[in-house]
Amino acid sequence: MGTVSTTAAPAPAPSRVQVFLRRVRNGDEIAHVVTMIFGASILLVTAALVYELWIQSAQSRAKFGWSFFVTSTWDPINGIFGAWPYIYGTLVTTTVALVIAVPLGLGAAIFLSELAPPKVSSSLSFVIDLLAAVPSVIYGVLAVFLLEPVMRTTIQPFLKHTLGILPIFKELFKGPAYGFGYLTAGIVLSIMTVPFIISVSREVLMAVPQDQREASLGLGATRWETTFKIVVGYARTGILGSIFLSMARALGETMAVTMVIGNVAKVSSSLFAPGYSIAAVIANEFADATSELHLSSLVELGLVLFLLTFILNGLARVMIIATSRRGAGASQR
Amino acid sequence: MRKSILSLVLCLGVTGIVLAQSGGVQINAGGATFPNPIYSKWFNEYNKMHPNIQINYQSQGSGFGKAQLVARSIDFGASDGPMTDDELSKAGFKILHFPTVMGADVPSYNIPGVNATLKFTQKALAGIYLGTITKWNDGELTKANPGVKLPAEDIIVVHRSDSSGTSYIWTDFLSKANSEWKSKVGTGTTVNWPVGLGGKGNEGVMGTVKQQPYSIGYVELIYAIQNHEPFGDVQNLDGVFVTASLEGVSAAAAGAAKSMPDDFRVSITNAPGKTSYPISSFTWLLIPAKITDASKRDAIKGFLKWMLLDGQKDCEALSFARLPTQVIAKETKAIDQIQ
Repeated sequence: MGTVSTTAAPAPAPSRVQVFLRRVRNGDEIAHVVTMIFGASILLVTAALVYELWIQSAQSRAKFGWSFFVTSTWDPINGIFGAWPYIYGTLVTTTVALVIAVPLGLGAAIFLSELAPPKVSSSLSFVIDLLAAVPSVIYGVLAVFLLEPVMRTTIQPFLKHTLGILPIFKELFKGPAYGFGYLTAGIVLSIMTVPFIISVSREVLMAVPQDQREASLGLGATRWETTFKIVVGYARTGILGSIFLSMARALGETMAVTMVIGNVAKVSSSLFAPGYSIAAVIANEFADATSELHLSSLVELGLVLFLLTFILNGLARVMIIATSRRGAGASQR
Repeated sequence: MRKSILSLVLCLGVTGIVLAQSGGVQINAGGATFPNPIYSKWFNEYNKMHPNIQINYQSQGSGFGKAQLVARSIDFGASDGPMTDDELSKAGFKILHFPTVMGADVPSYNIPGVNATLKFTQKALAGIYLGTITKWNDGELTKANPGVKLPAEDIIVVHRSDSSGTSYIWTDFLSKANSEWKSKVGTGTTVNWPVGLGGKGNEGVMGTVKQQPYSIGYVELIYAIQNHEPFGDVQNLDGVFVTASLEGVSAAAAGAAKSMPDDFRVSITNAPGKTSYPISSFTWLLIPAKITDASKRDAIKGFLKWMLLDGQKDCEALSFARLPTQVIAKETKAIDQIQ
């Protein structure tokens, strides 16, 4: 029962200081603190970013107030700055990009995960991941030399004569076919964002458990019903996440957009018209801003873009939470 | 083992830092992109002659040069447009202007079927850029170009989307040539262009003009010459249609040299003289009048003297126009103002 022990008495319980010192010696405490600093530094950098944007845009915020968002004039000589054409251009090009990229990307992801033989699927995905890594300025150069002439001579006149006859499209495809404009910029952005949508959606679709598909087919659903209702439905949150990730990229894309959008600070309902985006004007005018008010207005544009991205990502989060709750509830029934 | 590697790295690091700081004068400068080719050549040559003097030039634009000089983060700046009285008074210290070279803007166009060199009147260029002249066969253009069949197509105007000294020279010329332009738009490196597509850099404007049939854009003379691009003749103040050339630019500067102000801040667009090319301009170095660091002061003064006497010979090879002799003489005297 009793053990023979050579020690005189059990050692006293170690004090808290001794425990702490032992943890420091082992490296536990240091690891804890260092990783905490890394985590906090991300928050600090973001906070510093917002702070700087806020402070540097003080002059233009004081001068223009809310009218900054609705004014269309951008006149550095006379000191009148309005953000509306840039906000409009950013939203239009991103919308066009998503309208093209989402069906394309999702369709390709479904093909790669459900329908293609495994060898084809893995080699194609490798190529798509490479596409995602191409620098955006390369896409811009390709757009100027390949896409723009094709748009001007072939695609835009074609759209005008076919879809352009219908009522809404008549307004969208109005005006001369420059080749530079919202539509071309939107197409370049869609080419740049499609690889993200495909690779993330494919991963998510492949992660859907096989028994979901088997159960659906067993209940009498067709192949397509299974794919669209069950598999895509199950992977909904991941797919939405990939769409919002690519939207964030499209919102901030600078070089490729400025090379093909025409760089004209005017609002137009036609997709063929040249326009401007927030990132493009900051890239073009920041280094040489002629006055303090000009610089301050450009920084305020940066703040607007930051807020836009923040709000859209926030909406994404809300949508993901909403759909996942619904999804989880449905699967429990 | 770990300790010896660490100590080796530390020793190398310290040695590197010490070596980097040893001896020599390091001067930081920055500004205009337009004269960057010749500034790079000059700073390089000067460093070869004086190995302990290194001038580091950042070609980030005239706005950058002016702003950073006022913030005193560079030792001297460079700008395609002179600083205004307002900018100089806000600076807080005296800044001297030294012209270095001259350049010019030319109108380049792309009209399928038209290979002739077009002549542009001042009214024509202003009208095109204001958007009041919209077709190539407008009376103002056909009048100046008899014998050239101009099509009834819309003119697609191209301008710079980024801030640039090239735009400054172009808008300065249009402001002098046309009062409507002066009141509506004005002069500047970035303006509220009434019409036109924006291209980034000379390459962007040139690329857009080449891609768009029936378009017109302005680029630097140096750029057009080195890339063998066609451009039109412009009518000068005396009514003569001049083809842009280094001689025409020098003639414009010589015409203005007679009435050159002491601080060298003068615009030579629309200069008088039969052979003057009207869209010409100086580009300036912005030097603080008071430099406390003696070695930097002597290096900068030495460079300026060399640039005015010897450096000017490098101009033609890089398609810049050299300063007229009267201006060189005046500047050499002005160098003494740097204390």
